[in-house]
Amino acid sequence: MSDNQKVDKARRNLVVATSVVGGAASIGAAIPFVASMLPSERAKAAGAPVEVDFSRLAPGELGIFEWRGKPVWVIRRTKAMLDSLKAVTASLTDPASHSSIQPEYAKNELRAIKPEFMVVEGVCTHLGCSPQLKTAEAKAEMGADWEGGFYCACHGSKFDFAGRVFRGAPAPTNLTVPPHTFLSDSTLLIGDDKKGA
Amino acid sequence: MASRLMALWDWFDSRMPSVGEEFRKHMSEYYAPKNFNFWYYFGVLSMLVLAVQIVSGIFLTMNYKPDAALAFGSVEYIMRDVPGGWLIRYLHSTGGSAFFLVVYLHMFRAMLYGSYKEPRELVWIFGVLIYLALMAEAFLGYLLPWGQMSYWGAQVIVNLFGVVPFIGPDLALWIRGDYVVSDATLNRFFALHVIALPLVLLGLVVAHILALHDVGSNNPDGVEIKKNKDANGRPVDGIPFHPYYTVKDTVGVVVFLAIFCIVMFFLPEMGGYFLEYNNFIPADPLKTPEHIAPLWYFTPYYSILRAVPPLFNSQFPGVAAMGIATLILFLLPWLDRSPVKSIRYRGVYYKSALAMFIVAFLVLGYLGVKPTTVWGQFGFDAFFLDTKDRATWAARVCTVIYFAFFILMPWYTAQDKVKPVPDRVTM
Amino acid sequence: MRKLLAALLFAPATLLAAGGDALDPAPIEPRDLVSLQAGARTFVNYCMNCHGAQYMRYNRLTDLGLTEAQIFDNLMFSADKVGETMKVAMSAKDGKAWFGVPPPDLSVIARSRGADWLYTYLRTFYRDEKSANGWNNKAFPNVAMPHVLWKLQAEQSTVQYDITVRDLVNFLVYVGEPSAQSRKSIGIVVLFVLGVLFVFAYAMKKAFWKDVR
Repeated sequence: MSDNQKVDKARRNLVVATSVVGGAASIGAAIPFVASMLPSERAKAAGAPVEVDFSRLAPGELGIFEWRGKPVWVIRRTKAMLDSLKAVTASLTDPASHSSIQPEYAKNELRAIKPEFMVVEGVCTHLGCSPQLKTAEAKAEMGADWEGGFYCACHGSKFDFAGRVFRGAPAPTNLTVPPHTFLSDSTLLIGDDKKGA
Repeated sequence: MASRLMALWDWFDSRMPSVGEEFRKHMSEYYAPKNFNFWYYFGVLSMLVLAVQIVSGIFLTMNYKPDAALAFGSVEYIMRDVPGGWLIRYLHSTGGSAFFLVVYLHMFRAMLYGSYKEPRELVWIFGVLIYLALMAEAFLGYLLPWGQMSYWGAQVIVNLFGVVPFIGPDLALWIRGDYVVSDATLNRFFALHVIALPLVLLGLVVAHILALHDVGSNNPDGVEIKKNKDANGRPVDGIPFHPYYTVKDTVGVVVFLAIFCIVMFFLPEMGGYFLEYNNFIPADPLKTPEHIAPLWYFTPYYSILRAVPPLFNSQFPGVAAMGIATLILFLLPWLDRSPVKSIRYRGVYYKSALAMFIVAFLVLGYLGVKPTTVWGQFGFDAFFLDTKDRATWAARVCTVIYFAFFILMPWYTAQDKVKPVPDRVTM
Repeated sequence: MRKLLAALLFAPATLLAAGGDALDPAPIEPRDLVSLQAGARTFVNYCMNCHGAQYMRYNRLTDLGLTEAQIFDNLMFSADKVGETMKVAMSAKDGKAWFGVPPPDLSVIARSRGADWLYTYLRTFYRDEKSANGWNNKAFPNVAMPHVLWKLQAEQSTVQYDITVRDLVNFLVYVGEPSAQSRKSIGIVVLFVLGVLFVFAYAMKKAFWKDVR
């Protein structure tokens, strides 16, 4: 090995070492910039859990509340509505909600803590439009076999009263159930499933 | 791996050879004198700070609100609520001062070694234009935090335009877009600060470097290395910029960043010089702070403004003197009649003139941050004493030195006894 | 030259001092959590009747070693969510009507006034029959604010009162820049990394510059 090659090797190693340390430092320097685009403390405060009073909901009524700027629905389901859930199971994409997003305590057929009250984000899992309530009376519009549920006007996705999506719709999964907890018989905390804040 | 990368490069190079050509022209086959010293770091450092300012500025605009009711709060929002926001804001505020520091040292280098002299007059002119654009950029940006100093600084500077004869009042009104500095002013300053002047600055930096690379770099000996070439046509005293100066500048950059970080992380206010205390009070159009001074990098010119007495009740002479003090820099290449470039071979006249100029510049800068009463008053009275403040008279003496340095330059540089310049650079 | 630089560096301090009597240095300790917590208590109990800290969020006070539940129970009187900012209930208009000037927001008061001024100011109120509210101040002559802490000053010994004010000023300095402590600790890490980078960069420069004669 000649002298020249030795010198070159030493240089090469130093260039690599400097580049590695410099590269690592640059990545470190990028952290605050990347982090600055995450939700700020203000956004987090605005996205804090919200307490809602659902005591005024009549049976079969839908209440819309805002959490993190998104509509969250609370539906007081009637006996007929709950019965309809069983009837439609065969035509659903994900009846047992295996590939849908919901807390563990809502991963059941009714997708709820209390069967009577369904809490679900009113945001279509396809591209984020907000679906509309279509009761079983809307058969003329929705088809003869419509048992009631939700319809997304943007791209035609249909959901049942547990927010489960019907087959043949562009939405891939059921509507998302946000973390929530019942504080009393009339109040509900959306956004947090631990007691208190 | 390495051969794959080479193949990828060949593929790219055969389709777009100009990238490689430009790299060779400006980096690996750009021959720079081998005797650059400490003073030659400040060019690359200016570029580094420019990059820091652009990147941090982009991220600040994501959360800043150019609205008189929201601006002050949005800065505090960045400082507290945005993750990492305080670091980005301090980068930008420290970077602003660092920019002027490195640019001033870079300009001083040019004066030490005569880098503005033939054939580099255009390099110097583009450089002075960069300096002027930078001053405008800094002035516009300083309004944005919408603190008391932001507000009253802008009020005072815009009113300077108001003393221009005939068109002054209308000009000031046009700049502000209102009868006082207001929301409209803030909004337009924001637009100019974040897009218009950065584009101008980038264009001028490109012109500065292209002009430099066409004529080649000067050096501490002021010897033209292109006059002495080897058989391959390469300057004997030149070395390829890449890798020699890229590795050397890397060291300089790391040292600079360390100093920069010491200030940014441990002294971000720099005792009130980088972030003024009064600027943590929201702008109040009804109440002027007791003592207002511009940020440190403007204070030499601010001192000149204050030192020049009004004429026929008009402040215009002071404003004109301040303007001429910056514009006279353009003439430097033609005022200097010395046959040599570097201070190493100049005579005692230029050396003492430059020393006096630097002292005058620093004293003016110091006095500009102080009230005119800082050095007390003369204990006697005389008919010529329009003011008894010692500091004002000191500023007047320094202002005369400042202008004399330029105006007398053709005479003293021609008279100076210069030493013989060697043929080759010295290491 | 060096003297000039020193003079330049310390100019603002001398400038402030020239404004009135010399200020007492505030013996604050930004890492003393007990002091900061005590200051926070004084702040919410006394200052926040009139002054807010509208850019400071209650839940940020977890920096002081408090839990959100503790903050909620002990420090929040006018807000109901820990994510809210420390706003004051009094409107600026009412403040102007009652005091002549609206009480300023105190989020960054420590950054504009400085800890020493605040420490001196809060300890130099004196009785003055000629002023509207019966109080005057040595550091801030004819200030519109009455001596809100007078009861504390009367109940406590001078030493105790100085500690109360020290804690309050400590807290105000923290509120002025809540990220100050993490700024310094991140700074040390960054300087260490740059130190390592310098060693390699310098060795690399040496290796390349061997050929240059």
